[in-house]
Amino acid sequence: MLRFFVRKLLLAVSTLFAVSVLTFGLFFAVPNNPAELMCGNGKVCSPERLEMIERRMGLDVPVPQQYGSFMKGIFAGRTIGEGDAARECLRPCLGFSFRNDEPVSRIVGRTLPVTLSLVAGAAVVWLLIGVSVGMISALRRGTVFDRLAVGFSLVGASMPILLFGPLLLIVFVYETGWLSYPRYVPITENPLAWASAMILPWLALGFLNSASYARLSRAQMLETLTEDFVRTARAKGLPKATVYGRHALRAAITPIVTIAGLDLGTYLGGTVITETIFGFTGLGKASLNAAINLDMPVVMATVLLAAVFIVAANVVVDALYAVIDPRVRLG
Amino acid sequence: MSEQQVVAQAAVVDGAGGLEPGAVPAGGKEFVGRSPGQLAWLRLRRDRVGLASGGALLFFVLLAVAAPLVERLYGKGPLERFPERLDRNGFPLGYAGVDAEHWLGIQPNLGRDVFIQLVYGLRTSLLVAFTAALLTIGLGILVGVVAGYLGGRVDAVLTWFVDLTMAFPFFIFCFAFIPVAVNQFYGVRDAEATWFRPMLLIAIFVLFNWTYTARLVRGQVLSLREREFVDAARAAGAGLGHILFRQLLPNLWAPILVTFSLNVPALITAEAALSFLGIGILEPTPDLGRLISDSVDFIREVPTFTIVGGTTLFLLVLSFNLFGDALRDALDPKSTR
Repeated sequence: MLRFFVRKLLLAVSTLFAVSVLTFGLFFAVPNNPAELMCGNGKVCSPERLEMIERRMGLDVPVPQQYGSFMKGIFAGRTIGEGDAARECLRPCLGFSFRNDEPVSRIVGRTLPVTLSLVAGAAVVWLLIGVSVGMISALRRGTVFDRLAVGFSLVGASMPILLFGPLLLIVFVYETGWLSYPRYVPITENPLAWASAMILPWLALGFLNSASYARLSRAQMLETLTEDFVRTARAKGLPKATVYGRHALRAAITPIVTIAGLDLGTYLGGTVITETIFGFTGLGKASLNAAINLDMPVVMATVLLAAVFIVAANVVVDALYAVIDPRVRLG
Repeated sequence: MSEQQVVAQAAVVDGAGGLEPGAVPAGGKEFVGRSPGQLAWLRLRRDRVGLASGGALLFFVLLAVAAPLVERLYGKGPLERFPERLDRNGFPLGYAGVDAEHWLGIQPNLGRDVFIQLVYGLRTSLLVAFTAALLTIGLGILVGVVAGYLGGRVDAVLTWFVDLTMAFPFFIFCFAFIPVAVNQFYGVRDAEATWFRPMLLIAIFVLFNWTYTARLVRGQVLSLREREFVDAARAAGAGLGHILFRQLLPNLWAPILVTFSLNVPALITAEAALSFLGIGILEPTPDLGRLISDSVDFIREVPTFTIVGGTTLFLLVLSFNLFGDALRDALDPKSTR
């Protein structure tokens, strides 16, 4: 058990290390030195000014050293530049945006809650719809409901959000006018406005994902229902609700937890298409904008953060496995 | 699928059921031997959804391949503009500009014909997705077979690579990588060659996608390599290459084919998404994702434009997915969904 987790953690750390080295390498693969980019074109940019900017951004030291201080900055904070150009960058220091000098950690702090609200609500939608539709259609196999559910999951799994998102907008905003075009409001400010802005993106992301969850949970439940322990539980006279709701559900839900965990990890790194369609500036949109502008500190921070979410989700899922399904022995 | 299973299934398909291999049914009908491929084809032919989706698929592929011919028959090119069909604000006249001349209407502002753009967009989508899927499968097979058969340290290193690639945030990494790569090759001002973006997308898709195939193939090879026919080949003095690609690989074509057919729609979606976000295929190459992205700007005034583009993408992906499922059922009758 312990060995398993140590190995998993080592793998997670080595993955994160590789991601950070790779993104840091990309940063320097940009042919225009970031300082040149900031300095402006030939006329404005004198050699002295260029040198000053390089010093200010700490780009005048060897690359491995820059990587070292970047990583140190995340955990301990650091001072960027030296002398009169020095700037204090508090922990977790991710550098400053090339475009407007805003601290990257502040950009992340502003955009992460948007993505977080979006993904959390959507996950509730897709788990509720997906798992319950899948379970009911497994229990009522062969009925009209089951056939409709199977059809829904087949069609829904192929529906691109590029169509479904705009369709929701057309139906609920432009044609009927029931909702206004979403505008993000922090939950701390006004929970009601927050929810009403989020409802369309929740539906878009949640509904589409629920298709594959319905399919998976139906298949899992069907398989579980044929197992001996379900028959035993029924035979000893337990009510149906207990057998299906407690015994069978717990066994059937393990793979769903895995997929849900990994999906959550992936989406937390940014749901850029949903954000773009509904006009939110979440983590994904911020990352995209930064990438188009070659604002590498922001790009690096968002890639790293997304990787952290994915890796963390992997570890959490492995741990949850053992909790949910007592048959799983980690080793 | 072992020899015995094949024979047993042949019996079931014949409708005789449960016969001993080689036995003659009571009705006196001769037992017909069928290859696994023939059996799969028989099962596929009975699957109505599979046939319908296969037909739709064929239609899309033909449309894409014959795009220049369609252009000649239809009489309008993908980049041709029809400003006389737009009103003063750049919106198409009539109902989204649909008439006998322009079957699916006119694109607002640019004034291009939507139908011919979709046809050429299909071509781009399918070209990128098919090429990427083929290369993905090739690389995946190579890595999977080598890792699975050699085992030991080679396997450990390759598996680490697979795990590493899977932990990479794909979309976000694309944002980081594509602008940098473009900048590296062309600088900020130079115009890109039209072939560059598709090639770049294919390269990125292969880089991130091969892991799934590699994992699948590795698992299959792990169980196959202990079988007698491999020992026999080795005892007969077969080289490593012969064992890997002539003995092991033919046993893997069914799962590989299924992976391939489900890989293509995933890649179509990814390509459309990247183009939608403005870092995929660029003007003037026609593309489904970019068409949808352009249409969203006019979603309030011309909603049909968005719906037409999105529905085309949806139908394309749907027919691939349904056909992939049917193929899986046909190739592996034991699988349940």
